[in-house]
Amino acid sequence: MSARAQRPAPPAARAEPDAGARLRVNPIACEAHGLCAELLPERVRLDDWGYPILDDRPLTPALVAHARRAAAACPTLALALERDRSSKNQ
Amino acid sequence: MNATDLPRLLAGAGRGAPSLDAHLAHHGLPSLSVDGVGLVAAVEEAGLHGRGGAAFPTGTKLHAVARTRRRAVVVANGAEGEPASEKDGVLLAHAPHLVLDGVQLAAGAVGAREAIVAVRAGADAAHAALAAALDERARARRDPVAVRVVATPERYVAGEESALTQFLSGGPARPAFTPPRPFERGVGGRPTLIQNVETLAHVALIARHGPDWFRALGTPREPGTALVTLSGDVERPGVREIALGTSLQTLVAHGGGELSHAKAVLIGGYFGAWLTAADAQTVRLDAAHLRPHGASLGSGAIAVLPRDACVVAETTRLAAWLARESAGQCGPCVHGLAAIADLLRGLTDGRVARARHQAHRRGRATAEDALSCLRRWSGDVAGRGACRHPDGVVRLVRSALDAFTADFDDHARHGACDRCALEPALPLPSPPSRARLRAAA
Repeated sequence: MSARAQRPAPPAARAEPDAGARLRVNPIACEAHGLCAELLPERVRLDDWGYPILDDRPLTPALVAHARRAAAACPTLALALERDRSSKNQ
Repeated sequence: MNATDLPRLLAGAGRGAPSLDAHLAHHGLPSLSVDGVGLVAAVEEAGLHGRGGAAFPTGTKLHAVARTRRRAVVVANGAEGEPASEKDGVLLAHAPHLVLDGVQLAAGAVGAREAIVAVRAGADAAHAALAAALDERARARRDPVAVRVVATPERYVAGEESALTQFLSGGPARPAFTPPRPFERGVGGRPTLIQNVETLAHVALIARHGPDWFRALGTPREPGTALVTLSGDVERPGVREIALGTSLQTLVAHGGGELSHAKAVLIGGYFGAWLTAADAQTVRLDAAHLRPHGASLGSGAIAVLPRDACVVAETTRLAAWLARESAGQCGPCVHGLAAIADLLRGLTDGRVARARHQAHRRGRATAEDALSCLRRWSGDVAGRGACRHPDGVVRLVRSALDAFTADFDDHARHGACDRCALEPALPLPSPPSRARLRAAA
């Protein structure tokens, strides 16, 4: 896991290897505050009405902590990190 | 008997619904095991796909619910929110016993002790036929599982699986952000099998005649027959049963229409895709032939647009109605569809053309032309609702832009055409009312 070792560690980072996880937004809960696009521009852009359009690719190790922070910052808790669908079993 | 009038589902149904005795005399008794295998295996072998629009393999769904090993609920979905579709209502009005047989069989297969038939509130003939049929069956004491009928709100999204699940659990008829899927936790929190009413009627026939019989019509990949609703520029509109893979030309001719006189054909209902008349003349009604045109049979609604109609105006009206039919929960659906509908309106009321002229006069290039903007918004909105409502609307809009680019370009340059003001060719319920959703909720 050399990629993990190189990952910059932001303050709230927990040491979980969530590489391969994906972002998912609950479109019913989302109210277009737009913080996610501020905090994770690598994977989130806003449409013309301010709602996030997520890049569906799995997160790289370097982005996981930032994605986690973006999810935590969402005022309506609409953004979540999900395990890769292939391993999702709920 | 040719391929377009072989009735299987509607066989034995005269003007109204047959009595229970007449039904059993015609179809015989169904059984939970057929050709030596259990019903679920028989349905899988038959290759039956759901007839509600999504075409999900029915056997897979039956398995998923049966596997939960908890007390399940069976829901027969006849909510039929699609304005261009009448097939579920017609089936229930003419063959309620076949649907109810399917409900009982499915309940037996997945271990359900409760079943619900959900029917659009305004489908009076269907409600009457179902009530009479259930009464007869109660007197005959044939059915092990209690069945109740629930009237669903007349809204486009009311038939969507998660919306129907919420409604039947006492909530509003609005889609939920899934998972869990209804088969895991559905009505009242229990595993729920939701099948379109036509799908269950096919199950009832497979339980009598077996998978080989079922596969004798249709294509190898999409076996069997399907009910379709033909509307628009044909002499005899209405519901017909076709073998999957039947040519659209044959179906339309059977309805007394002529595709060479048409402007376009809308396939798959108002969530569907436009085909040019030329494409429509060669296409067959199965997924493999429709996919290259961006179309699918959906719930089987097919509307023929006459040659003198304006496809831009018709698309604009449908998009505006569908935008108002949004459940109003998800931003991209609420704002995106409204913006798309408004920009389409701008094509037919001259706003887009005027803005274009003004920009030219002032020597400025327009920032983004209207048609590119429609395409960008359509791409942005797709896949971003809790349900597939926005996806369906942008499929309609994109297919119109693709198949009739010249017509849209003409409206963008010159505004309304002579045909924009004609009477609408495609029917829409009126008024589309949010109040009904609230009242029902």
